[in-house]
Amino acid sequence: MTKEEVLGWLADVTDPEVPALTILDLGIVRDIQISENNEGTTVKVWITPTYSGCPAMDVIAIGIRMALAGHGAHKVEIEQQMSPAWTTDWMTEDGKRKLKEYGIAPPNRKAFQSLGLFEEEVIACPRCGSEDTELVSQFGPTSCKALYKCLTCKEPFEHFKCH
Amino acid sequence: MNDQKALLQYTLRLADDGLILGHRLGEWCGHGPILEQDIALTNTSLDHLGRARSLYQYAAAVFNALPVADKAAFFTSVAIQKEVAEETAIDEDDLAYLRDGWDYRNVLLVEQPNQDWAYTVARSFFYDSFNSLFFKELSKSTDQTLASIAEKSLKEVTYHLRWSSEWCVRLGDGTDESHARMQQAINELWAYTGELFTMNDADAAVAAQGIGMDLAALRPQWKELVTSVFEEATMAMPTDAWMHKGGKDGRHTEYLGYILAELQFVQRAYPGMEW
Repeated sequence: MTKEEVLGWLADVTDPEVPALTILDLGIVRDIQISENNEGTTVKVWITPTYSGCPAMDVIAIGIRMALAGHGAHKVEIEQQMSPAWTTDWMTEDGKRKLKEYGIAPPNRKAFQSLGLFEEEVIACPRCGSEDTELVSQFGPTSCKALYKCLTCKEPFEHFKCH
Repeated sequence: MNDQKALLQYTLRLADDGLILGHRLGEWCGHGPILEQDIALTNTSLDHLGRARSLYQYAAAVFNALPVADKAAFFTSVAIQKEVAEETAIDEDDLAYLRDGWDYRNVLLVEQPNQDWAYTVARSFFYDSFNSLFFKELSKSTDQTLASIAEKSLKEVTYHLRWSSEWCVRLGDGTDESHARMQQAINELWAYTGELFTMNDADAAVAAQGIGMDLAALRPQWKELVTSVFEEATMAMPTDAWMHKGGKDGRHTEYLGYILAELQFVQRAYPGMEW
């Protein structure tokens, strides 16, 4: 069993809230360690929570165990790594493309800190591409998303926040 | 107070702040004025609870490593003392569900009732603005666990502060009625903001080790931040007067007991109950 193989298996684990993305697209898998002893092989996976209270993290941990068990790795340890804190900068370009196709406007800025307290950024509509959009609420159905509406095509949409 | 006990007390307070405010904000679930705001509050509540969980996990680890005599005397809870006597390690759930009210260390501000939208906004605004400065400092802590939790939380606090600041402005600079209600909420809750900056024994002990910080030193910056939002919101800054305190040392307002009665009932009545 190699690290590359394990990574390949983890590519089948998707985010339960945003099934268009795998946990590799999200950038939450930080490290993998494979160790052997006389009791067999142990795979240790370090993951980083997206948001502190994100309920998807428990489901993702179960998803990792199931995916690895499907390939014969039954001894799996999952560690949560808090630092450095997860950022959407770790999301892959492929992940951002998949998000947009799924109808969610992807994060398009580096690091969140550049915005002032009352400053707002321009988010393009994932359906028609118009930049004439309006923030409805910075909190959406999951911690990672904000609600927007497009003033051109009149459709509401979600934006995966820069974080 | 020895170092580990001070660290435990300090970590518990930060966790309790998150749990109790998370509980208060969660009370709005299904009662928000519009769906988007209902969602905003429960999202925020989840961030506070998530942070509380990480902190309780750490507090449990620090507690479990204490000498047995210290463990047995630390909490009055008979249920926790029983676990200590049986040499069972405690966990995050034990800390949340089995501790008595006076062993809760949260500041009085976070346990104040929701009352109306203006009070809810004012309470969050005072706490979020404090947190935005506090977690920035705590992310430089010499304690790696606290520093990493702070680093994570700081990002979330940025959203919370945006939300509560915007609502201060919307209500303060809104109609005559919204202005009057917001101003009243600010004036009444002001007396609970002093405690955020007071130092008790645990604060002093962790500050001396570089784990914590001098809280009083954060106040001028905090006041500046609050003033800038209140100016935008056309609200008058309350005058400094007598301030409530006691939560950090386990002396609470009547409200905490009711929160804990609701929060702890199932585990107290049916120990070890699981879904």
